Amino acid sequence: MKKQTTNFVIEANEVCGERCHKLVLRHPGRLPEVMAGQFVEVLVPDCSGVMLRRPISIHDCDYERNLLVLLVQRVGKGTERVTDMKVGETLNLVYPLGNGFLHTFDQLPMRPLLVGGGIGAAPLLLVARRLLMSGSRPVILIGARTEGLIPARGSFESLGVDVRYSTEDGTLGERGLVTANSAMGNDYDAILTCGPTPMMKAVAHVAMERGIACEVSLENMMACGLGACLCCVTETTEGHKCVCQEGPVFTPQTLKWL
Amino acid sequence: MNLNVDIHNLHLKNPVMTASGTYGYGKQYSDFYDPSLLGGIVLKGTTGQPREGNAYPRMAETPSGMLNAVGLQNIGVEAFCKEMYPTIEHLDTNIIVNVSGSSIGEYCDVAAQIDALPNVPAIELNISCPNVKKGGMGFGTNPEMAAEVVAAVRKVYGKTLIVKLTPNVTSIVEIAKAAEGAGADALSLINTVLGMAVDVKRRKPVLSTVTGGLSGPCVKPIAVRCVWQVAKAVGVPVIGLGGIATADDALEFLMAGARAVQVGTANFVNPMAPVDIVAGLARYCEENNIADINEIIGII
Ligand SMILES: Cc1cc2nc3c(=O)[nH]c(=O)nc-3n(C[C@H](O)[C@H](O)[C@H](O)COP(=O)(O)OP(=O)(O)OC[C@H]3O[C@@H](n4cnc5c(N)ncnc54)[C@H](O)[C@@H]3O)c2cc1C
Ligand SMILES: Cc1cc2nc3c(=O)[nH]c(=O)nc-3n(C[C@H](O)[C@H](O)[C@H](O)COP(=O)(O)O)c2cc1C
Ligand code: FES
Repeated sequence: MKKQTTNFVIEANEVCGERCHKLVLRHPGRLPEVMAGQFVEVLVPDCSGVMLRRPISIHDCDYERNLLVLLVQRVGKGTERVTDMKVGETLNLVYPLGNGFLHTFDQLPMRPLLVGGGIGAAPLLLVARRLLMSGSRPVILIGARTEGLIPARGSFESLGVDVRYSTEDGTLGERGLVTANSAMGNDYDAILTCGPTPMMKAVAHVAMERGIACEVSLENMMACGLGACLCCVTETTEGHKCVCQEGPVFTPQTLKWL
Repeated sequence: MNLNVDIHNLHLKNPVMTASGTYGYGKQYSDFYDPSLLGGIVLKGTTGQPREGNAYPRMAETPSGMLNAVGLQNIGVEAFCKEMYPTIEHLDTNIIVNVSGSSIGEYCDVAAQIDALPNVPAIELNISCPNVKKGGMGFGTNPEMAAEVVAAVRKVYGKTLIVKLTPNVTSIVEIAKAAEGAGADALSLINTVLGMAVDVKRRKPVLSTVTGGLSGPCVKPIAVRCVWQVAKAVGVPVIGLGGIATADDALEFLMAGARAVQVGTANFVNPMAPVDIVAGLARYCEENNIADINEIIGII
């Protein structure tokens, strides 16, 4: 899909967890097709100290109504400014960027486990939709420090698949880390994960020990998001690769961070 | 109305080019517009051998700008000529390769190989990269060394030779004159300004290399000043860059003496920036009854 830059109109801005907002954006024309796990670069309007765009995963989309949905956690100036915006205001996006999930598989997995950590769960909704469309039955496991940090529970639970939770304080689902969740023990043909790096490393370890195919989605700092500046690289077995263009999804075997 | 400008033997359909290291090999922005709409495109710094560049993190946002320490990651001159060049040679614009190196021999070797490519009418000699341990800015901060490397490349390179200067010197005019004296056909300035940022939470430098190159709107006044000083002191055309994001920014450089401009960091914020600037220049000329953009070049 060709990359483009488009002014979207904010159709809804709802709180959907602790310091997390769900932004529903309307494309002025036809929303182009996006792949699960791709991301957008958001231009933060009139925000002192924020010049570069902010990368945000595509959480959901609705081609009939030309809507794109983002989950944004308020962690700094840029994300605070964007989540403070009002319905009717415009937000400029450069998208769709990156390779997305599932691109390393020859065949779609039929019994995959999707593991999200906090806001890292955002792209997994579209991944689950894509898998469901092909008759695959994903299990979703989302972990966070506490219940409030698990974003957009409603969207995941409305998919009609098995959704499990792990919280470190036991306020939702099983107490402890995702790797200790009982759902980890089942039989899977793939594990796809996005979240904090230590969590992804732990999940990738489990997958590799059990010989299960795995994809991880990295969140390196980016400038262009287009593969032009070479700022966002990660070390791989084939040298530096751009997370924005050759990722953000990689197999852990190719990464040097394990 | 005329937007054409000439830089030595190069004929530019408009004075807007892209800056090295911010535009990849010319393909990353082709989804947004046809690069042939621009006066020229300057490709990533190219060295004798492929380079991996510096370790991550190599970027940090700073007020109205950014620091980078990419460190000349590139595929090397051989892969460029064999694999990359055939995919871009059809572009109807001036394709300029930014030539980098750690030794005079490496600069000459790369320049000679690029000389053989029919649709690359010029090179930009990067003697101003602050992000590599050897060579790079070392050549651009000393007039004798600058003259030596430019003269050596001049011997092996017959087409338009642009030399890119660093602002990290006491007198940029002195280096500019040295480069001109050694055979440069044009000068481009500025490369990034040496800078540094500290992460106070981690109590560590933000960049893996500690220091890096500052670019973006925050460096624009420094760049305009450098262009103004150099354009007055040399006879060869000057190409201005540093923080250009709008047509007004570009006009500042043209009025200060630049014959053309390059757009760098602004590409990251607005992928359409270079073509928006071309349109803005045309609008400015129209609104101010300027028949030829050359009329306003160096009016200050
Ligand atoms: C491919 C990709 C997809 C992403 N998807 C989402 C998403 O769906 N929802 C979401 O809320 N966030 C997502 N992020 C993270 C998001 O880009 C950052 O949180 C955001 O850039 C911070 O901007 P800021 O101006 O608010 O914070 P800043 O003021 O720039 O920084 C505040 C804090 O956030 C941290 N931070 C900054 N950039 C990043 C980053 N790229 N990754 C992690 N931490 C960062 C900084 O270290 C700092 O401590 C994604 C990042 C990438 C690379
Ligand atoms: C990420 C990045 C990479 C760069 N790489 C190069 C390079 O390879 N060679 C070079 O001569 N300049 C390089 N530069 C410098 C730019 O070409 C330009 O001189 C500088 O950024 C100032 O212009 P700007 O403020 O418009 O970006 C790089 C700049 C950035 C931001
Ligand atoms: S952010 Fe520029 S290459 Fe990835």
